[in-house]
Amino acid sequence: MTDQVASPANVASETPAASRPARGPWATALRKLRSDNAAMVALLIFLLIVALCLLAPFYAQYVAHNDPFRSNLSGKIMLAGKRVPVMESSTEGLGLGFTPIGPTWDITAYFLGADGQGRDVAARLLYGGRNSLVIAGVSTAMCLVLAAIVGLVAGFFGGIADWVLSRLLDVLWAFPVYLLAISLSIVLISHGIDIGPISINAGSLSLPIFIIGIIYVPYVARPIRGQVMALTQSEFVLAAIGLGVPNHRILFRDILPNVMTTLIVFVPLMMAINMLTESALSFLSIGVQPPDASWGTIIQDGQELLYTRPMVALAPGIAIVITVLALNILGDGVRDALDPRSKLRIRTA
Amino acid sequence: MLGAIVKRLGQMLFVMFGISVLVFLIFFATPGADPAARIAGRNASPETLAAVRKDFGFDRPLPVQYALMMNRLFVTQDLTSFVNRGWKVVPAVIDVAPVTLSLVTGAAILWVIGGVAIGLLAAATRGSILDRTLMMLGLIGVSMPVYWLGEVMNLITQSRMHDSWLFAWVPQLGYKPLTSDPSGWFLTLVIPWITLATLYMGLYGRVLRANLVEAGQEDYIRTARAKGLSETRILVRHALRTSLITIVTLFGLDFGALVGGAALLTEVVFGLQGIGKLTYDALRSLDLPVIMATVMYASFFVVVANALVDLLYVVLDPRIRKA
Repeated sequence: MTDQVASPANVASETPAASRPARGPWATALRKLRSDNAAMVALLIFLLIVALCLLAPFYAQYVAHNDPFRSNLSGKIMLAGKRVPVMESSTEGLGLGFTPIGPTWDITAYFLGADGQGRDVAARLLYGGRNSLVIAGVSTAMCLVLAAIVGLVAGFFGGIADWVLSRLLDVLWAFPVYLLAISLSIVLISHGIDIGPISINAGSLSLPIFIIGIIYVPYVARPIRGQVMALTQSEFVLAAIGLGVPNHRILFRDILPNVMTTLIVFVPLMMAINMLTESALSFLSIGVQPPDASWGTIIQDGQELLYTRPMVALAPGIAIVITVLALNILGDGVRDALDPRSKLRIRTA
Repeated sequence: MLGAIVKRLGQMLFVMFGISVLVFLIFFATPGADPAARIAGRNASPETLAAVRKDFGFDRPLPVQYALMMNRLFVTQDLTSFVNRGWKVVPAVIDVAPVTLSLVTGAAILWVIGGVAIGLLAAATRGSILDRTLMMLGLIGVSMPVYWLGEVMNLITQSRMHDSWLFAWVPQLGYKPLTSDPSGWFLTLVIPWITLATLYMGLYGRVLRANLVEAGQEDYIRTARAKGLSETRILVRHALRTSLITIVTLFGLDFGALVGGAALLTEVVFGLQGIGKLTYDALRSLDLPVIMATVMYASFFVVVANALVDLLYVVLDPRIRKA
């Protein structure tokens, strides 16, 4: 595809074909990214986390031997040759109530201890990670596709379409993202959504994906629109228009490939932001709904056990920090490789 | 300059109108369920439902419903909660606003000072271990969920290390009004301020460093160096001054994200009864009128704050006055 694509450098100045580098812009960027050690380590860590989370059912069934979605208040486990209850009678205060078992550091049983319902935190962490990653990933894809459509339409066609879309983006941009997410979530959480062909049940994972996929669209669509507007005025697009190339062909063959770099730069950074947003919504109990788990819901589960069994809240938080940090470092690397002058700067919420 | 100000204020009003329409549509016109049932909360009786339907004009066209709603939110301010019967929502929101403002203002001062210090230090020692450490710490700060950091802070200062000399001064969670107990107000807010500022300090430090490094390539910096000025003076008097414009813009944008997001989560974790905590409690009981009011007031506040920052920007940057 690189042959067809006018690289960004060619847009600005007409480089004679002979002096053009032998390698296309994508290959150059990939080489640059590969030589970025920090970004490669971050990518490796991220892939490792994804792999671990994918192994969640395997871990729960064959290693930890428990069902992380069923409460286990009266269960006992073997620990160092002794049978230990999962929920210990509380020794503090009046001795009423139960305290879940703390981290056993034994990979086969309650490695990170139990939560308030006697469920294995380690197994839930892996299952929760799957949901957190899926939501972050799919909502990122949704956000970028929507933003690309809005940016292309507004930037290329201009006129009334641009006016309407730009005003809509202005409003969404000024609307604090969390407040928008909270409004959408609270309305949709109890009844789901039902607009024509789109029908999402309440409590479905698609709901947080849908909400997070929408709220950040302006942050991506605005720079895309600006880029498309500049490209529409560029000589190669004017030439294509002059030759009578149909609009859809210009959009997809001439303009889209040129904003592709921008979109790709956004991928890891948006995933990081989306992951933080998902965890915050789940922590506020308007994201992932029980019995499903995500890192945010586990932190919430751990909130009341914070002083007695801090591991329940600490572990998922550490998982989030490592994953988001890896994505941010990777994102910096991708940006340096594809957009050396760092024109794009992303706001974090 | 006057033209720019009028234009910005007009834009502000338009955005406020847009947000109010959007919030209205989300709460009243989202397909899927009867809006009356949403407003009335869980297990509402048929009589309540009928009353809500009549009260909010659900049998009338959408524009009328919108006008009725805005009237209740901003003019008569008599929107009531149905979960806590008869509880007037708007005065409740205004009552708790000082808590949120105290939290946000203190944190903002801290993160701007901290961020500028980090950025300057990193730019001055570019390429050194200190620079790399600061930038990495900044990135970690940006990558942490703020509510989780708050919980870790609580774990350390309220429980695990509360008895040590370091954190013995940390009072119980909660808020003390500035007017009646100034020292209590300060002490209870120190840890929340630090928590909230950590996130943004890193971000600002990183952005400022990038800006300063970029400014270092400019001709006017070379001129300053050729004049024989000291590096510190060049950095602070010449490079920092232009970079601060970026920081001001960023501040305006983040302030919004903060009031609506991070501050809400911080309030929840530290038990500060502000607008965020009010929203959170309403979320748990599905009390939609309260959520709608807090969302509307908080976003309007943010929009106004952003407009003010932009006006400040007009004053700071002479080029914009001309445009």
